[in-house]
Amino acid sequence: MLPVMAVVAVCVFLLLHLAPGDPASIIAGENVSPENIARIRTQLGLDLPVWKQFLVWVGALLTGDLGHSMFWGDPVASLIAQRAEPTISLAITTLLVAVFLAISLGVLAAARAGSLVDRLVMGFAVLGFSVPVFVVGYVLIFVFAINLKWLPVQGYVPIADGVGLWLRNLVLPSVALGMAYVALIARITRTTMLDVLAEDYMRTAKAKGVANRRMLFRHALKNAAVPIATVVGNGVALLIGGVVITETVFNIPGIGRLVVDAIARRDYPIIQGVIMVFSGVYVLVNLLVDLSYTLFDPRVRG
Amino acid sequence: MEEPVLDVRDLRTHFFTQDGVTRAVDGLSFTIAPGETLGIVGESGCGKSVTALSILRLLPAGLGRTVGGSITFGGRDLLTLDEAEMRRIRGDRIAMVFQEPMTSLNPVLTVGEQIAEAVMIHQSKSKSEAWARAAEMLTLVRIPDAARRVHDYPHQFSGGMRQRVMIAIALSCHPQLLIADEPTTALDVTIQAQILKLMLELKGRIGAAILLITHDLGVVAETCQRVIVMYAGRKVEEAPVEELFDRPLHPYTRGLMGSIPRHRPGIAPSRRLQEIPGIVPNLRAPVAGCAFAPRCPQATPRCAAEAPPLRRDATGHEVSCWEASP
Amino acid sequence: MKRFARRNPTIVIGAILLILVALAAIAAPWVTGDPQLLTPNDRLQSPNANYWLGTDHLGRDVYARTLHGARISLLVGLTVAALSVAIGLFIGLAAGYWRRVDTLVMRFMDGLMSIPAILLAIALVSLNKASVFIVIVAITIPEIPRVVRLVRSVVLTVREMPYIEAAVSGGSRGGKIVIRHILPSTVAPLIVQATYIAASAILIEAGLSFLGAGVPPEIPTWGNMIAQSRLFVARAPWTVFAPGTALALVILAVNLVGDGLRDFLDVRLARRM
Repeated sequence: MLPVMAVVAVCVFLLLHLAPGDPASIIAGENVSPENIARIRTQLGLDLPVWKQFLVWVGALLTGDLGHSMFWGDPVASLIAQRAEPTISLAITTLLVAVFLAISLGVLAAARAGSLVDRLVMGFAVLGFSVPVFVVGYVLIFVFAINLKWLPVQGYVPIADGVGLWLRNLVLPSVALGMAYVALIARITRTTMLDVLAEDYMRTAKAKGVANRRMLFRHALKNAAVPIATVVGNGVALLIGGVVITETVFNIPGIGRLVVDAIARRDYPIIQGVIMVFSGVYVLVNLLVDLSYTLFDPRVRG
Repeated sequence: MEEPVLDVRDLRTHFFTQDGVTRAVDGLSFTIAPGETLGIVGESGCGKSVTALSILRLLPAGLGRTVGGSITFGGRDLLTLDEAEMRRIRGDRIAMVFQEPMTSLNPVLTVGEQIAEAVMIHQSKSKSEAWARAAEMLTLVRIPDAARRVHDYPHQFSGGMRQRVMIAIALSCHPQLLIADEPTTALDVTIQAQILKLMLELKGRIGAAILLITHDLGVVAETCQRVIVMYAGRKVEEAPVEELFDRPLHPYTRGLMGSIPRHRPGIAPSRRLQEIPGIVPNLRAPVAGCAFAPRCPQATPRCAAEAPPLRRDATGHEVSCWEASP
Repeated sequence: MKRFARRNPTIVIGAILLILVALAAIAAPWVTGDPQLLTPNDRLQSPNANYWLGTDHLGRDVYARTLHGARISLLVGLTVAALSVAIGLFIGLAAGYWRRVDTLVMRFMDGLMSIPAILLAIALVSLNKASVFIVIVAITIPEIPRVVRLVRSVVLTVREMPYIEAAVSGGSRGGKIVIRHILPSTVAPLIVQATYIAASAILIEAGLSFLGAGVPPEIPTWGNMIAQSRLFVARAPWTVFAPGTALALVILAVNLVGDGLRDFLDVRLARRM
């Protein structure tokens, strides 16, 4: 985990500091005095030599300091913490529902390979992968919130104000966010399950008189688990990118919104801080996925 | 005569591919008596494995299908049972051991679970009773330290050990019929003999009949009481094992034995089949005459035109050849 | 040809869709009105004979804007795919063949892959003055590691093949081996990967524009159109759903071509995302 994060930090730093263009003048905007630009440059530490900038930044990172927002003046870390609940709610509910749904669909499609159900699931998978989050979002809003009035159009209710309300507000965003993720996992589940179902040991199980459901879930799915878990982990990148857009579509005051607002204000430390946090989450999730392999496959326990 | 445990009549199993229909098994009939060991020999592609899979209805879905005949077991035609009834027979009354011990066990489940599973499905036993049976079965197939090894995974066993586990699974519910499809082909020669010996011994203890599918005449000589020789989806010869080795009638059978010196069961060296010139015929085209005619050294014009019927003598020696008579 | 179409329906359907969109994109300036023309009297008109897809809140012709939007999407898709494949191929060949650079390069690529693509792009774009070029660069950078990994895995497989050993013992030099023997094996998986990258680039560009971190707002792109019209989705759904449908359709078409090519070329290595 730490070595990867170190590389991530180097990547972020190099890409953003060696990129052409003068961040200070971009951040300052148009029609500003050279003094103002110089002030921003000092504030961001951009007047130091590159290696020194890197050391200062990494040193701060190590103490959990992500810098200060140029607009709010507050520490980026605490701004992120304040906005964490909606984002975590959205991401976790989507993740759990999507993984469960996608694996069910993928297993079903593989069990009935070639059937109408299989074609429908795979058709949905290609579609789910092709329609952008925000388009799905607005379709859902238009149909279920504006026309049918079943669910709220936008916004977020903290879980402390009632689980029912909290969930009602999460339904549409989760569906929009989860679509591509479901598509991705359903596809890999189907492909791996098809490979596993053709294995000799599945025939052995059938020759023992094992029932279909048990064949699929106990004998086959456990063998398919490692590739599926890998994609569940890699796919978190999709969720993270999607969160930023979904929170904008549904006006959810989470970390994604924080970044989007920062774009317009050129509040650079926030963007950089959120990148580090989200990358950290991604690396952590994939580390957990790696560890989960030993759970599924006795051969890697060594 | 005693009621046979399995009675196969005019079995026809075809494979449907994009390029046409392959008649993998084309009108095969045979019976197995209780406790008997029947061998089916032939080159690869002759339909012997397909016969085994047809009995338990394990053919790859959507590809192979049994299109005719009957398979009578326990007074019922297996081909007419629904899937749930068939599941109750599989692993309980009829069990199967496959060729590839390295890939036939599920790598992510303990061998204990894989044995206990069959017991739990077919016998109303609790989990702990089923696991006790699993350990007992492992002991029976001579796996040392069975009580501990039930918790091991297949990759912790060698090929020969895995085949022992497969036999333990197959025999765990005391089936009446054990189908063994090339059970020793993938193993070392020394281990082959051990596994065969084990199968025969346990068969005696449980009272099961065995249908042994193999291409190794040596294996047949050592284990079987009766032998069927298959060629191109059909039976070309059937005889008690001594009779067949003493007096092979069909040119194909003689070809299989080739240069193997006449020998008696029990002392036969394990020998692979002799190469016979020519190739196994294309089973897609219907054959007018004897399917072996193109490769047969004794073929006459009649052989190519007219299919020889199976004829049988008083000893039960059957042969399907115009040039040989039982 | 008929046989090909029957066996590979997804490639054909996807390709036909893409050709139609490409033709529309090329012809846009001649077959539609000015996508930027403000007609305040005709604000938020529903689709009619004058405005086939209605107008937006500034009275701009949605049909004209949607057709023009195809230009940016296709441009971004194509250039990102071409650039990331070219750069990734070079790095991947080097990393796969010369072990000395391998570890360092792959570490860097792993790090790069851990950064969510859209966030990295947001950061790169917001550090520069918004332009189509910056957007293309910002989307290309996170796509490169996927190509590098793919190329490297092909190289590692191929270099174990007996014919490579034969070439080495025959006295061929490293560079020559890479170009003559290894490069050809990368072609099929790269073609498939390139299509997936194009689809993902179009998706990310639209996302960036939607968030206000993409192509400058005065250029009509599908993401910009949706961003500018989103507050009017209840009153004038066509302003959001016309570009939304176009976007979904194009990405679907590219994905169909990718899936079809993957099956046709029998490539297992290429991966989505």
